[in-house]
Amino acid sequence: MEILMAIVIGILFMTATYLMLSKSLLRIIIGTGLLSHGAHLLILTMGGLKRGAAPLLGEYAKSYADPLPQALILTAIVISFGVTSFFLVLAYRAYQELGTDNMDQLRGNEGNE
Amino acid sequence: MSNLLILPILIPLFAGIFLIFIKNVNFQRWLSVISSVATIIASVALVQTVRNKGVQTLDVSSWEAPFGITLVSDMFSALLVLTTSVIALACLIYSFHSIGKEREKFYYYSVFQFLIVGVNGAFTTGDIFNLFVFFEVMLMSSYVLLVLGGTKIQLRESIKYILVNVISSALFVITVAYLYSVVGTLNMAHISERIQLAGQPGILTVIAVMFLIVFGLKGAIFPLYFWLPGSYYAPPAPVMALFGALLTKVGVYSITRTFTLFFYHDQGFTHQLISVLAMLTIIVGVIGAIAYWDVKKIIIYNIIVAVGVILFGISVMTPDSLTGSVFYLIHDMLIKAALFLLVGIVIRITGTSNLKQVSGLIKNYPGVAWTFFIAAIALAGVPPLSGFVGKLLIIRGGFEQGQFIGAAIVLMSSLLVLFSVMKIFINGFWGTPRSYEGEAGVPVKWLLLSPALLVGLSVLYGLGSEAIYPYITQASETLVNPAIYIDAVLKE
Repeated sequence: MEILMAIVIGILFMTATYLMLSKSLLRIIIGTGLLSHGAHLLILTMGGLKRGAAPLLGEYAKSYADPLPQALILTAIVISFGVTSFFLVLAYRAYQELGTDNMDQLRGNEGNE
Repeated sequence: MSNLLILPILIPLFAGIFLIFIKNVNFQRWLSVISSVATIIASVALVQTVRNKGVQTLDVSSWEAPFGITLVSDMFSALLVLTTSVIALACLIYSFHSIGKEREKFYYYSVFQFLIVGVNGAFTTGDIFNLFVFFEVMLMSSYVLLVLGGTKIQLRESIKYILVNVISSALFVITVAYLYSVVGTLNMAHISERIQLAGQPGILTVIAVMFLIVFGLKGAIFPLYFWLPGSYYAPPAPVMALFGALLTKVGVYSITRTFTLFFYHDQGFTHQLISVLAMLTIIVGVIGAIAYWDVKKIIIYNIIVAVGVILFGISVMTPDSLTGSVFYLIHDMLIKAALFLLVGIVIRITGTSNLKQVSGLIKNYPGVAWTFFIAAIALAGVPPLSGFVGKLLIIRGGFEQGQFIGAAIVLMSSLLVLFSVMKIFINGFWGTPRSYEGEAGVPVKWLLLSPALLVGLSVLYGLGSEAIYPYITQASETLVNPAIYIDAVLKE
């Protein structure tokens, strides 16, 4: 199971890298979304995918799934939500203000006022 | 009182929250100053406590060490927290006369306090995932501070800065996931113990290099520094000073922490790698610093040089060089903040950052000129001033270990750093005085207050190095001997 997950996560990372190297800003943001999906799935996988009950003490099971990676993922998810929404609004503002979403035209270090 | 070490995180946090609700700008200013001063007092008390009683730890919510989040304050992090608080106060006072009503109205002071929360938290935490969370607190605030105001250049550079940091944060999460699957714990002391038991096999060396990439992206080391010159060019002066003094140094602190606490068993590969990267970082930084005729760019590339110098000291791993790195790190935080604030004044007076359009400032602004001169020679490490002792110890450590090339590069870099800042001094301050549009309205005296304070502190830091030395050696003791740290946290 872990091997399958590793391959899937690898494909996610590959796609994310490809998208982040493209010219359009929206594609880049989609790439960051896929990158964070990959990272979150990786935490889950590296925590181990052994069989066990959901981590609820009311289940009275013999063994439970590791609760720690789940808490880490939950934290990482809300953080990447926050960052992604900020990034999207920034992209929208930049599109209004600079009139382009082409990364080639956002080059340079001069203050193109 | 064992809750003392959480105060430098809590005070700015509560101040930041209260500041959201306050509309009145004057009240905002007062509240932020009070919170900054309180943070300084708390961190001085913390430094003294660590000095008297050794490493301070706090198990949050009283969960025993490996199971809960533990905050750890050894001398290294306590000193960095103190330096951060001092720089925060200086940048805050500078902001009053330079940031402008428009930005102040839109939660500038609140976000400012959250940035300090993130930095102080990252210095104090003893848990690797908590470090990630504090990194995000710091980065989120820095995104907002970078883009606040919304000019074209700020929008454009924010996109790049955020993209690079989103990628490096994802890499951080990935690295933590790998580390968790190998050692099965998140507490830093416990991780170190488990790595010691496993004897650092190959997979841990791979994870070590991944940590180096992650923190190298934050701290701008050689192949990963590409985002820094553009991003730091965009924001206004006090924000630039905060970024230049604090953000990259958190990356450097994290590299120091991980490579002295976790990955010190197989130094042949990892520390050699850091050493080579550090040398290249110095070279790239120096080339940038002497190449530009733009005052901001020159100081920005000097950040990269300093990161390289500190990391070279870390990579040598002798007691001397580690002490030197700690010494130099604190010096560099103070002096970089001062230089950015001074450059901010120059740009405010002249309205340009192009050095070729500036000259003769010393006639009308002698205070700015002499403060800049002292800061410049302190940066290069001229003996009575603060940059000297750190570099001396780093170079001595390098020679002891037979790393002659690295030590020579550090020595040569001082010369070129001196050349780069003296270029600003000679071209900008000497020569025929010119008059600039709108220079009359600039409150130079008020603006000069905080860089003068920082330069004064750095002069004291240099002159009083005899008195400060015991604190610094206590800081490097935990780096040389991680057992002190582990014993304090796990209490065995």
